[in-house]
Amino acid sequence: MSEATINTDVVIIGAGPVGLFAVFELGLLDMKAHLIDILDKPGGQCAELYPEKPIYDIPGMPEVSGQQLTDQLMAQAEPFNPTFHYNRMVTGLEKLADDSWRVTTDENEVFECKVVVIAAGGGSFQPKKPPIPGIEDYEQSDSGNGLGVHYAVRKMDAFRDKDVLISGGGDSALDWVLNLQPIAKSMTLVHRRDDFRAAPDSVNKMRAMVADGKVNLHIGQITELTGDNGQLAGAQLKTKDGDMVSLECNSFLPFFGLTMKLGPIADWGLNLTENLIEVDTEKFATDQDGIYAIGDINTYPGKLKLILSGFHEAALMAHHAFKRVHPDQKLTFQYTTSSTNLQKKLGVK
Amino acid sequence: MAKVTYVEHNGTEHSHEAENGMTLMEVAVKNSVPGIDADCGGACACATCHVYVREDWLEKTGNREEMEEDMLDFAFDVRDNSRLSCQIKISDDVDGLVVDIPEKQF
Repeated sequence: MSEATINTDVVIIGAGPVGLFAVFELGLLDMKAHLIDILDKPGGQCAELYPEKPIYDIPGMPEVSGQQLTDQLMAQAEPFNPTFHYNRMVTGLEKLADDSWRVTTDENEVFECKVVVIAAGGGSFQPKKPPIPGIEDYEQSDSGNGLGVHYAVRKMDAFRDKDVLISGGGDSALDWVLNLQPIAKSMTLVHRRDDFRAAPDSVNKMRAMVADGKVNLHIGQITELTGDNGQLAGAQLKTKDGDMVSLECNSFLPFFGLTMKLGPIADWGLNLTENLIEVDTEKFATDQDGIYAIGDINTYPGKLKLILSGFHEAALMAHHAFKRVHPDQKLTFQYTTSSTNLQKKLGVK
Repeated sequence: MAKVTYVEHNGTEHSHEAENGMTLMEVAVKNSVPGIDADCGGACACATCHVYVREDWLEKTGNREEMEEDMLDFAFDVRDNSRLSCQIKISDDVDGLVVDIPEKQF
C-alpha cells in the first residue's frame, strides 16, 4: 500500500497479452507504463485459464502455449522496464483539471497519467460465487472474524477454532484444507466426486488427514446454507445418490475457480455496448480524451476477439497516444529492423 | 446439419440449425442463446457453457473426457447428464438434440 501518488505517462489496466504488447509499442515511442492487474501474475486469461493449452493463431508462432506467449511478451516488454502492480483492482478513474487522469485502486494507490489504456479483456477475474440460495446473507464484508462465507483466505488466524467447511477439488481447496486444519476446530471437505485435480502430493496429505480423522470428507454438492441473522450454522449436502446430509459449520470457503466480471469499468461513464467499450478503429480511443481501450474489452464494427487484433490495436493506440504524452515532439514512423534509435531503446545496439 | 434445441431454465426453447463440425457451444453463442456464457471461448477452460443433455441423447453425445470432467468441478449443480457444450460436436447423429441450460453458469 502506498500513499504517494505515482506519476507516469501511461497506466495500462490489465496485464494480459494485449496489455503487455502495449508496453512494447508505447516504449518504442518513449512512453513509460505502469500495469495494474487483479491477478497475481501477468498473462491474463492466457495464464489463468489456459496456461498449458496451445494457441495456433499467433502470427509467426505455429503453436504456442498461453504461458509461453506470456513469457515471450514479458521478455519483449522487458527493455522498457514496466512496473507491475498485481492483486489490485482499478476502482476509480477521474479527469483532472490539467486534462490528465487519476487512477485509483482498491489498495488505495493513486496514479496520475496522461493516458489510460484499458486492456482488461473479459473484465476482472473474481471468485465464482456458488448460486446457493441466500448465500449472500452469510457473506460478510468484514471478513476479519472468519465467520460466514469467504472466497479467499486473507488472514489464516481468522479461522482459528472455527468449524470450517471447504468445497472444491483443486489446489486452492486442498491447500486451505491442509493449512487451516491444524488451527480450525473442525475441518470438512466437500467435493462433487472422489477425484481431485489438485497436486497429487496435496491429495495424499489430505487423504492421510481423512484417515486420521482430522478431516471429514464428503462426496456431494452443497445445496443449502442454514443459520440465523447472517450467522452461518450449517450446510445441507446432497450426495451422489440424492441423500441429504446436514453438516455443521460456521465458516464456509467455496473454491470454484474464477470468473470474469466487468467490474468498476461500467461506472466510468464510457460508452458501452453489451459490456464492451466502444472505440474508433483509427486510434482505438474511447469517447473520453486520453482513454483508450484495446483487446477483448473493446468493440467496433467488424471486431474479432483475437489476440492478434489486440496487438494491432496496441500499435495504433500508441501512435496516437504519443501526441498526448509528448505534445511538443514530432513522431516519425520507424522500423525496428533499420532504426538505430529504436534498436538502442531495445538494447540491441 | 442438425437441429439442436436449448431449453432455458424458465422453459423457453431455442431451436437452431447447426453445421456439422461446430460445437454445441459455438452454435449457442452464434445465435445468442441466453445462459451459455462460454467465457473462455471454447478452450474447455471455464465451465461456463454447462448444459444437461436429455436422457435419450446421452449415448449419441458420448462420454465426458478427463479434462471436461475436471472442468465440471467449476460448474454448479453437476448431474450425471452434465456436459460442457464446447465439447459436444455437431454431426448428423445429433440431429434433434435437446439440452437444458442450468439456472446459472455462476
